[in-house]
Amino acid sequence: MYQWDFHTLWQYRNIIFIGFGYTVGYTVIVVILGLLVGLIAGLCRLSPKVYISGPFRAYVELFRCTPVLVQLIWFYYALPILTGIELTPGMAAVLALTLYGGAFYSEIIRGGVISIDPGQSEAGMALGMTQFQLMRRVVLPQAFKRMTPPLVSQSIMQLKNTSLLSVLAVPDLLYQGQIIAHDTYRPLEIYSLIAALYFAILLPATILAKRLEVKMSDGRGA
Amino acid sequence: MGSEMISIQNLKKCFGDNVVLKDISLQISKGSVVAMIGPSGSGKSTLLRCINLLTIPDAGVVDVGGQSIIFDGKNTTLPKARDLAKFRSRTGMVFQHFNLFPHMTVQQNVMEGMVTVLKTPKQEARAVADALLQRVGLSDRAEAYPSMLSGGQKQRVAIARALAMKPAVMLFDEATSALDPELVGEVLNVIRSLAAEGMTMILVTHEIAFAREVADQVIFMRDGVVVESGPPAIVIDNPQKEATRSFLSRFKNSVQ
Repeated sequence: MYQWDFHTLWQYRNIIFIGFGYTVGYTVIVVILGLLVGLIAGLCRLSPKVYISGPFRAYVELFRCTPVLVQLIWFYYALPILTGIELTPGMAAVLALTLYGGAFYSEIIRGGVISIDPGQSEAGMALGMTQFQLMRRVVLPQAFKRMTPPLVSQSIMQLKNTSLLSVLAVPDLLYQGQIIAHDTYRPLEIYSLIAALYFAILLPATILAKRLEVKMSDGRGA
Repeated sequence: MGSEMISIQNLKKCFGDNVVLKDISLQISKGSVVAMIGPSGSGKSTLLRCINLLTIPDAGVVDVGGQSIIFDGKNTTLPKARDLAKFRSRTGMVFQHFNLFPHMTVQQNVMEGMVTVLKTPKQEARAVADALLQRVGLSDRAEAYPSMLSGGQKQRVAIARALAMKPAVMLFDEATSALDPELVGEVLNVIRSLAAEGMTMILVTHEIAFAREVADQVIFMRDGVVVESGPPAIVIDNPQKEATRSFLSRFKNSVQ
């Protein structure tokens, strides 16, 4: 029978703490940048002009249909060879996860915008709104309400995908865990702890998102 | 004749192979109320939507209050989006399905065009909105969201929202068709009061009795052309064309 020993892990608390910080920090960055890219790509894909929507469609499909781990490695190892620009592991990671997440965010945003009754746009247009005003005042506020659940799901994916940064030796939660595992020969304990930590970040985040969702739909029908 | 408020010349519109408007020309003078009637698919709603350019005509000239936009049929001189928006802000449109903004209160719905498009200061816009809501009898619902209103109330808010832009003309696209019968009256009353104040209006409607009561001019359309046009005493009570007669025979009960 295996003897669990979590006590040895206590002395590695600083290493785990640093990993925790990297994981949360990178998540915040790639969620924010990913949403920004996704918003731009999603809205541009709605353009009737093919020379605007086309390139963004190509971008979305390219990043949706290749594994994020491959993208990560490609940005770090292949891009410098092609362009001569050296990326730090952190830069490569932010670039890959932002573009990967952005591709999925853009599809969520595009779908949310399409789901809004065209009558809403017509009402705004009849008032003399420009396309920009229409999006900002009428369509997006309604669409974001519907997009919230899938956007939250995708952001959770973003956090979990930061675990791939360990491949580039970015000291995130998983990478730190690997170091500790090598050091202690206690992989069961450390990976259990790492899993629990991911869960401990994400569960409260989902509860918060749920609250937000309920609050946004308070007293207002669709 | 009073001065022309709306002038349409040689308007054409196709959706694919389907010709919806065939060379329509009409003049509407300031302060007049025009009812457009006709079977569904006759092009009357499309014509109305062409007047505020929600539907872009293929060819022809649309002139509202002296501002005209010319469509040459080649798509080469399509007006700029900003000019289209400006043009639309001068016409008020009321839709069959209200199309209120569900994420805004009744008051915010009425204020929205003033604040966002006309750049009216919020306080002033709020005062105008409150006055308009009082006018359509909904002062007490200013803080409500559209989902909490009846159909008739929603449509009255929609009318107030359109009036807030101080439009030169008001366009009603089957404004009572989606309402329960007992709620039609409250909306018609608002339209009636607008007519009494001299607002230029075009109503696409199936309320033949109402058209006869408030309209100065009735236009009967079928298959993308104006079949007959004139005062209601002629077009509704004594139609000259067989097509008009056969259409109106179905409404006989509501006319008498």
